[in-house]
Amino acid sequence: MKDTFRGGVHPRGHKELSREMPLRAYEATGEMVFPLAQHIGKPAKAIVKKGDPVVAGQCIAEADGFVSANIICSCSGKVKAVEKRRTISGAMQECIVVENDGQYTQKDPYTEKEDIEKLSNDEIIARVKDAGIIGLGGAGFPTHVKLMPKKPLGIKYLIANGAECEPYITCNDQLMRSSADEIIEGMEIVLRLFPNADGIVAIETNKPEAIASMQAAAVGHERIHVVALRTKYPQGGERSLIKSIAGIDYPITKLPADVGCIVDNVGTLYAIGRAVLYREPLFRHVLTVTGEALVRPCNFIVRDGTSFAELIEAAGDVREGKEAVKVISGGPMMGIAVSSTEVPITKTTNAITVLPEDAVEKADSYMTACLHCGRCTTVCPSGLMPQMMADAIIAGDYERYENKLYGLDCVACGSCTYICPAKRPLTQAFKKTKAEIMARKRAAAAGGNK
Amino acid sequence: MDIILITTAVITVIGIVVGAGLVFTGKKFYVKVDEREAAVRECLPGNNCGACGFAGCDAAAAAIVAGDAPVNVCPVGGSAVAQRIGGIMGENAEAVERKVAFVRCKGTCEVTKNQGEYIGIRDCRTAVLSGMNLTDCDYGCIGLGSCVEACPQNAISVVDGVAVVNEKRCVGCGLCAKACPKNLIELVPESKQIRVQCSNKDKGPQVKKVCQAGCIGCSLCVRQCESGAITVNTNLAHINYEACTQCGKCAEKCPAKVICVPAPEEPVSENVPA
Repeated sequence: MKDTFRGGVHPRGHKELSREMPLRAYEATGEMVFPLAQHIGKPAKAIVKKGDPVVAGQCIAEADGFVSANIICSCSGKVKAVEKRRTISGAMQECIVVENDGQYTQKDPYTEKEDIEKLSNDEIIARVKDAGIIGLGGAGFPTHVKLMPKKPLGIKYLIANGAECEPYITCNDQLMRSSADEIIEGMEIVLRLFPNADGIVAIETNKPEAIASMQAAAVGHERIHVVALRTKYPQGGERSLIKSIAGIDYPITKLPADVGCIVDNVGTLYAIGRAVLYREPLFRHVLTVTGEALVRPCNFIVRDGTSFAELIEAAGDVREGKEAVKVISGGPMMGIAVSSTEVPITKTTNAITVLPEDAVEKADSYMTACLHCGRCTTVCPSGLMPQMMADAIIAGDYERYENKLYGLDCVACGSCTYICPAKRPLTQAFKKTKAEIMARKRAAAAGGNK
Repeated sequence: MDIILITTAVITVIGIVVGAGLVFTGKKFYVKVDEREAAVRECLPGNNCGACGFAGCDAAAAAIVAGDAPVNVCPVGGSAVAQRIGGIMGENAEAVERKVAFVRCKGTCEVTKNQGEYIGIRDCRTAVLSGMNLTDCDYGCIGLGSCVEACPQNAISVVDGVAVVNEKRCVGCGLCAKACPKNLIELVPESKQIRVQCSNKDKGPQVKKVCQAGCIGCSLCVRQCESGAITVNTNLAHINYEACTQCGKCAEKCPAKVICVPAPEEPVSENVPA
C-alpha cells in the first residue's frame, strides 16, 4: 500500500483557523428550509402539506425511486409552505419550509441502543434508507444504493474517508476526535454486509490527534485499520483514495464497487451507526464555518435547513474592517460560491467559508495565454492533460476532448487551475464541457428512443 | 531506327487499349449528376450556417433536389431565394416571410438587480452551470453574450445587460437561439413588430419583486385584443403572430409595458460591434 497517488497539489491548509474548536450544537431559530433535491438522483416527493404539524426526526419527503433519499425534518413546528426557494445552487428549487417553534420536540429520544446481532442485512439497509442517509462527503449519493453492490462478496475494502484534504474544513477532524467510537461502530455495521472486506480509516498526516483518536478506538476491532496518508490535495477524492489504498486505477464509467471498494465519509459512517443502532435519522451533521473574514471560526453540529446567514452570525459575524467578499458552500477548491446567504444548508454542506478577498477575481485580471509549461499535467490526479483539453474546447472539438483526451475522466478537483501560472480557468471550462457532452448524449439517447 | 518504330507501335497499342478501357469504365460506372443540384446550390447564400437543419448549403441543395426538403427550406435566403429555387425545380414556392431573432427579455441593469457578481469564463452556459444567479430573474438574459459569439453576422450586441438583435443584419439562422441557455431567443416574422419582451413564468408578485419590466400575466392584453391573438398561460402573454393584426392596442394597455414595438434600429454601421 502506497500512502499517496500520482499528481496533486499542496494548497495552504488554513485549518488552524478552526481546527481546535470543539464541535458544538447550534440550534437554529429562524424558519427551516428543506430542498427536495439534496442528493444525486431523483428529488424526493413531499408527503406533508401546508399547515401540517411536524417534529424533529419525522420524514417529510419520501425517496422517489431507487436512487433517491428521504428527507427528514430537523425541527418541530408547522409546515409553512411547499414552494420554490433559492438554494445553494442559485436556482429556485421546490422546498419544504417549516416554521420552527424552537422546542425541537423529537419523534423518539434516540438513546436506546439496539443489539446489532439481531438485525439482518436487509434490515440494516432498510434502516439506512429510512434515515435518509446520503454521502456526506459532498456528492450526496444515496448510501443505501452504495451498500447494495451487485457482488457484496467481491468487496475487499471499506474505506472510511477522513482525509479531509479540502483547505479550511476541519469538522471531520473534530468528529473523529470526539466520536471515534461511533464511527468505528458504523464501520462494523457496514463490514457485516461485506464479509470479505477490510475496514480502513484513511486520514491525512496533518491530523495527528484524529489519527490517535481513531487508532485508540480501533483497538480490539480486528478488521479495522487506521492508515495515515500523505497530506496532499485531492487525497480525499474517491478515486485518489482508492489509488492510494488499493492501488487501483479505474475508468470513470465504473463505480468503486466494481473494483471492490466502498468509500464512505466518516460523517456518513457516523450517521449509519446512529441510524442503525439508535434509529436516529439523519437531520443534523457536522459543519465548519470558517474563513479569514469571520470573528470566531467554529465547528458546529447543525440541523439541516438552517440558513447560511444564521450560521455566519453564530460564528461571530464578519470582522470589523473586513468585508465578506466571497461566501463559499464547501471549501475553496471544490466548493461553490453562493450569491445570497439567505439559502439553507443541505445534508451535504460540510463548510461555509467566508473570504475577505476573492482569489478568482484577482486571478482573472492576471490571466494570460497558456505557457505550455505542463504543470497542469503533472498535478492532474486523473492523469489527464488539461492544457490539451483546454485547446480542444477552444477549438470546439468535443470529439477529441471526449475520445482522445479522456476529458470525461476529469473529477473537477481544481488542481490544474490552482497550479496554472497563466491563471487560466481550466476546471470551469472542463465542468462546462462535461455537462455539454453529457447533455448532447442525453439528447441523442432521447432522440434514439423516438 | 527499328527501336524507334517498335517503341512507337507499342506505345500506340497501349494508348488504344487504355483509352478503350477508360471509355468502357466511364460508361459503365457513370454517376448521373443532376444539373439542378448545382444550380440550386448556386442560389443558396453559401454561408453554411446550418439553420435549415442540413449540414451546410451543399447538403441542403442535394436534399431539395432529392425532394427531401421544400424549396423554401433556407430561412436565410427568404422568399427571393425560394422563388429562384422554385423556378429551377419547377415548383411554386410559397412566399416565406423573412424571420428575425428576437430576445424575449427587457431586464436591463436599470430594472432588475444582480445579487452577486460573476467572475469566471465569460460565457452564458458556463455561468449558468456555475450555479450563480446572475440576475434576480431566473428567466432573464444574463448578458454575457454567448449569442453574440454564436452570431455569424455580428447582428447581436449586449446593451445594458441584455442582448439586442440588429434586425437589419440578422439573417434568421437561429444559431443564437441554440446558444442561449435560457431559451430566450425566438425567430419571429420581421413584419410583426408587436411582441412580448419577457419570458418570466412566475406569478405577478414574484415577477414584480425581481424585475420592474416583467410580464405579470394580468391578461389585460387578452381583453384588448380584437383578433384573439393573445393568450396568457404560465403567467406569460403569448402572441399568435398569424392572427395578430398589429393594431397595437395591447401594447398601449400593458401596465408593465412589456408588449412593445422594439425601438427603431440604429443605422447599420459597418463597424463590428464590440
